[in-house]
Amino acid sequence: MKNPIISVCKLSVEFNNIQVLNDISLDIYQDDFIGIAGPNGAGKSTLIRTLLNLNNYTGKIKLWETPLNKFRNWHYIGYLPQTLNQYSHQFPATVEEIVSLGLISSLRVPRILDTKSLQRVKDILTELEIIQLAKTSIHDLSGGQRQRVWLAKALVANPKVLILDEPTNALDPEIRKVFYEQVTNLHKRGVAIILITHDTSDIGTYAKKLLLLDTKVIFWGEFSDICNSDKMSSYFGEEAKHLICHQHE
Amino acid sequence: MNNLINILQYQFVERAIIAGLFLGIVCAVMGVFLVLRKMSLIGDGLAHISFGAIAIGIVFGFYPLVTAIPLVILASLIIYALTRNHIIEGDAIIGILASLGLAVGVILSSISTGFNIDIFSYLFGNILSITQQELLFIILGSIAILSVIILFYQEFMAISFNPEQAKISGIPVTILDILFSIITALTVLMSIKLAGALLVSALIILPASSSLQIAKSFQNTIILSIIFALISILIGIIISFIFNIPTGATIVTVNAIIFFTILIIKLLKTK
Repeated sequence: MKNPIISVCKLSVEFNNIQVLNDISLDIYQDDFIGIAGPNGAGKSTLIRTLLNLNNYTGKIKLWETPLNKFRNWHYIGYLPQTLNQYSHQFPATVEEIVSLGLISSLRVPRILDTKSLQRVKDILTELEIIQLAKTSIHDLSGGQRQRVWLAKALVANPKVLILDEPTNALDPEIRKVFYEQVTNLHKRGVAIILITHDTSDIGTYAKKLLLLDTKVIFWGEFSDICNSDKMSSYFGEEAKHLICHQHE
Repeated sequence: MNNLINILQYQFVERAIIAGLFLGIVCAVMGVFLVLRKMSLIGDGLAHISFGAIAIGIVFGFYPLVTAIPLVILASLIIYALTRNHIIEGDAIIGILASLGLAVGVILSSISTGFNIDIFSYLFGNILSITQQELLFIILGSIAILSVIILFYQEFMAISFNPEQAKISGIPVTILDILFSIITALTVLMSIKLAGALLVSALIILPASSSLQIAKSFQNTIILSIIFALISILIGIIISFIFNIPTGATIVTVNAIIFFTILIIKLLKTK
């Protein structure tokens, strides 16, 4: 029997006495491609941030069977945050330097980049077809280029799971399609994917499991089970239900 | 040219130049991290606190650094702890402790006599009066600070870029922030004899701010910051000696001229 890579048991989170997540329990496995959906304020990003040890919580979280507070193998996790511009507008860095930061979690102190590390940076930039941007300042990138650079940063340490929080918000449809093709290829190569998006069509097209949140778990499981439920349309409406479910009928 | 060679033959000028070169490198490197972390004012605050701490040492007959090192490091850690826990805004606590430091220095200098010359060399700086012992402190301190920066270069860069992302990468952000607060305090303390409590923050902010106007990469920002700092210090020492004007103020003025020249050129180019 396979072990879960992420195990959540009776997880609750509250901010200023307001319950943001309530009694969440779920197991995520290495071969999962999970879509997390729910209305605004449902706790989707809070769940991810809690898994990344950024929030206080009650309940139990284990990553690769290790309690969250003792987990050290952060290079197992690649994370593409919702907002990609949370840095000083004058921060001077090239694409190469930013992607190199993604290697930190996989290096031992002193974390000095050796030739092997630098080659890995070049490889991931080549793979995502942005090697020509290696020496470009991060301030000179378009929205699509920035997305790929941050994806390269998330992937450079060869993570076992990739967490994407609203990854295609600022992208036009063509670039969005290319982005998801790259993500799908990663999943085929064995990387577990956790995708948060308000775009129900994307979830229906790419994810295999759905976690529907509204502070607590509304649905959690395979699409085939979920799509037959009446609650699905009450949360998303008929049109969205069709968009999510038609790929899995 | 002969004058310049003559100047360099004085031992106190030689000491000033060696100290200046070490301090220039340290301030330039620390400045890049401090400016990017929006902590530019901490240099100013810690310098004022240093003034009070040094005054305590002089009044009570200790070697000034004996009291100043622990007190300024403590102040730096208090600033970090209070701002990290959102108990008080960073600029407010820096302002409060800086005022306290300056007030203590002024009170002690008014009630005591016979040490005002000493204490005012810390207030306005006088690198030409640097002693052999102070030079040794600056050299060893600079080596220690630069070693810490080299050892944790990637981590400090990641924290400056985005502390939350750094934490997700498994970097012990709190421990490194404490370490950074300590080396910031040491940088200010070492530099106070160069520019004085009133001007020391300029040595930290100006070279970094100049390089940030033109550098495209993090590595180049640090290299350019060091170059601007060293040019300013060398020119500043020489000019101040030739014209018999205060060294610290001259170095800061040269730094400011470099900064505004770069800024004006940049603005003209973008028009």
